[in-house]
Amino acid sequence: MNFCKIAKLSSVALIMATAANAENVFRWTSQGDALTMDPHSQNESPTIAFNGQIYEALVARDIEMNLVPELAESWTASPDGWTFKLRQGVTFHDGADFTAEDVVFSFNRALEESSDYKEQVKTVSSIEVIDDYTVKLVTDGANPILPNTLTNVYIMDSGWAKANGVEKPQDFAAEEETFSVRNSNGTGPFMLMSRAPEELSVLNRNPNWWGDSMFPGNVDRIEYRPIKNAATRVAALLSGEVDFVLDAPLQDLKRIEATDGLTTKTVAQVRSIFFGMDQSLDELRSSNIKGANPFRDIRVREAFNLAIDKDAIQRVVMDGLSFPTGIITPPGVLGNTPELDKQYGFDLDKAKSLMAEAGYGDGFEIQLDCPNNRYNNDEKICQAAVAMLAKIGVKVNLDAIPKAQHFPKIQKRISDFYMLGWGVSTLDSHYVFTYLFDGEGSWNGIGYNNARVNEITKLIETETDIPKRTALIDEAWQIIKKEMPYLPIHHQVLGWSMKDNVDVPIAADDHLRPKYVVFK
Amino acid sequence: MAKTDQSKSRWQRFLDNDIVYSFFTTPGAIIAATITFVAITAAFAAPLIAPYNPFDPAQISLWDGKLPPAWSDGGSSAYLLGTDNQGRDMLSTILYGGRISILVGIAAVFLGMLLGVTLGVISGYFGGLTDTIIMRIADVQLTIPGILVAILINGIGRAALPLELREEFAIYVVIVAIGLTDWPQFARVARGATLVEAEKEYVQAAKLIGLPKFTIILRHILPNTLRPVLVIATIGLALAIIAEATLSFLGQGIPPTTPSLGTLIRVGNEFLFSGLWWITFFPAIALIILVFSVNLLGDWMRDALNPKLR
Repeated sequence: MNFCKIAKLSSVALIMATAANAENVFRWTSQGDALTMDPHSQNESPTIAFNGQIYEALVARDIEMNLVPELAESWTASPDGWTFKLRQGVTFHDGADFTAEDVVFSFNRALEESSDYKEQVKTVSSIEVIDDYTVKLVTDGANPILPNTLTNVYIMDSGWAKANGVEKPQDFAAEEETFSVRNSNGTGPFMLMSRAPEELSVLNRNPNWWGDSMFPGNVDRIEYRPIKNAATRVAALLSGEVDFVLDAPLQDLKRIEATDGLTTKTVAQVRSIFFGMDQSLDELRSSNIKGANPFRDIRVREAFNLAIDKDAIQRVVMDGLSFPTGIITPPGVLGNTPELDKQYGFDLDKAKSLMAEAGYGDGFEIQLDCPNNRYNNDEKICQAAVAMLAKIGVKVNLDAIPKAQHFPKIQKRISDFYMLGWGVSTLDSHYVFTYLFDGEGSWNGIGYNNARVNEITKLIETETDIPKRTALIDEAWQIIKKEMPYLPIHHQVLGWSMKDNVDVPIAADDHLRPKYVVFK
Repeated sequence: MAKTDQSKSRWQRFLDNDIVYSFFTTPGAIIAATITFVAITAAFAAPLIAPYNPFDPAQISLWDGKLPPAWSDGGSSAYLLGTDNQGRDMLSTILYGGRISILVGIAAVFLGMLLGVTLGVISGYFGGLTDTIIMRIADVQLTIPGILVAILINGIGRAALPLELREEFAIYVVIVAIGLTDWPQFARVARGATLVEAEKEYVQAAKLIGLPKFTIILRHILPNTLRPVLVIATIGLALAIIAEATLSFLGQGIPPTTPSLGTLIRVGNEFLFSGLWWITFFPAIALIILVFSVNLLGDWMRDALNPKLR
């Protein structure tokens, strides 16, 4: 045995010793790990939530989804931008001071080509540093919802990023590996101690955190262990191996609730599940139809919509815990109305005749790409869709794979037909338009491009007259409702399960916020 | 061997055969053979006898999902053993799944047998360095638990395939993985039999008249090694079916799109906590019955073919 090994072993022993001394160890699990520790590389909810324990943004949302100060203490609007007063005396985990320079650096980083947050910061044309603790984000016009869009734009230490060669975000779709993928240095309540992706991540409480006395949480250490198999996750909770399961299968919630010492919480989530149908290509990659793209025909899109029985999915697959819908934005987000929320309905005969009218009476073949470790029952919804589409003659080949391989397919626009879920962190339809519908949107995997929708997306960035702005949003949704570029399934319902000696307040965005977690 | 008697009919002579006699006087063997026969027939005739085709999505109705077996509350007579979460008939999926399990088992054993007997006979006939090398490799492999070897080969096989072909070729990868795990048993038995046969006078005579080695091995030695190999093969079939089910249960084997019994048990496992016990229970029972009967059959065959036990 050499010295290296001895050193390693003794450090392992040390870690184990500290674990034994730590008072409140919060062990939890969910189905899929964060994709990366790089805060600007993947705009994916579990990744944002995980990094949100380590990194912080200027503004944040609390458990009730209200905007609250985080690294900024206050902000004021002016016709050409927003001025943020920064929190003083904040340090990064490595001890460096947090100043305006870090804000400028982080926003520029989020604008880089490989960033997945461009849409959230692109209305910021420049940043004026007024003093060390005051910055002004200058916008092209008055952006009425700028603070809403900043909750996920995490602030990095410019010095740390430069020292470690991570001035640009990791290019996730190109499978780039950088220092910031497994290491982190934020200002947040927890510090990353060790990370083995898809295995175990350990975080310790940051003793120098500015919010120590302002938040109720009393967790000293977090151990996160993703478990892909749903039954194993529940077993881990039942056996006491974990304190909290983020995504227990919906059909198991009753059983968990009935178990002594365990409890569950449910809430309607700000997330819609839908299918995307590529309309940009002249010919689909996976289809047997050559020389034409069936999805370009609105009758085919409508037939698909009518052939999927959303009520059956709700009742059987989701055990009642979902809200079937006709719009891919949930209630609570500006733009959703009860009328738009109504689903397209289920009508097999009409679907068949629409297919025949479009010239596909005998159906066609297509591949459906689906994640199997991301949304509630994602693969099972896809399996159900396969059976339902078979009834209008469409032979669907299902490819259900882990999210880390699934999402790049959408962003590289190489999927013909896919499942995606979209949460709306800003609670405003602009976020949905700019990512999913705008011709340039980075998650617009279907190549949808409608001039008026693009125009409205731009207009609502600067329109400050609220009724006028709301009318514009509604106009865009009416166009979308008519053109059916996506196939809406439902809004998710969240079910969190936990031991009853720990209080984990449930949040509608499915983000675990350990700073609110209290061991009783 | 029973004395041949030309006055008896062919059927009579067949019944007089000691193996056949042993079979008809061992009730366990008759039951095991019957169950094995029924299981294999049912599996191969699945498209004809299954009430539904569970892999034709057009026949599945989601509204019929999660129904319990016909005899319990809320069950439907249309689905004897209930339905899974997608509304597929459990009885039909088990029949189709059993087919995959048996096919994979047979193919894997055949591959192992082909490889093992070839190497075993070569090893036994030529002896010397060839023998040492082949048998030491077999010994090394035998020290490692078979399922670990299978997982290793399976993992390498999958990693070598491009992502989009993995599912399509999964079944072949599993067959190769189990086949490559099986071979040392066959090699040892075939080698032993070869060593015995090679000393016999008829082989010596064949050598003397100058028959090529290849002919001697193929025509004279090989047929005489097959009895013990057959016993190993039958027991090996049961082990191969279990190995496949284990791989599939671990999520390393047959994909859910064309599930085997092991895959069905794995998928059904997800629903155990919510009380949908039948989704995993019936495939498991089917697997137990299948393996148990094949095993019994193998045991009997070992006894019947063993001259020392006669």
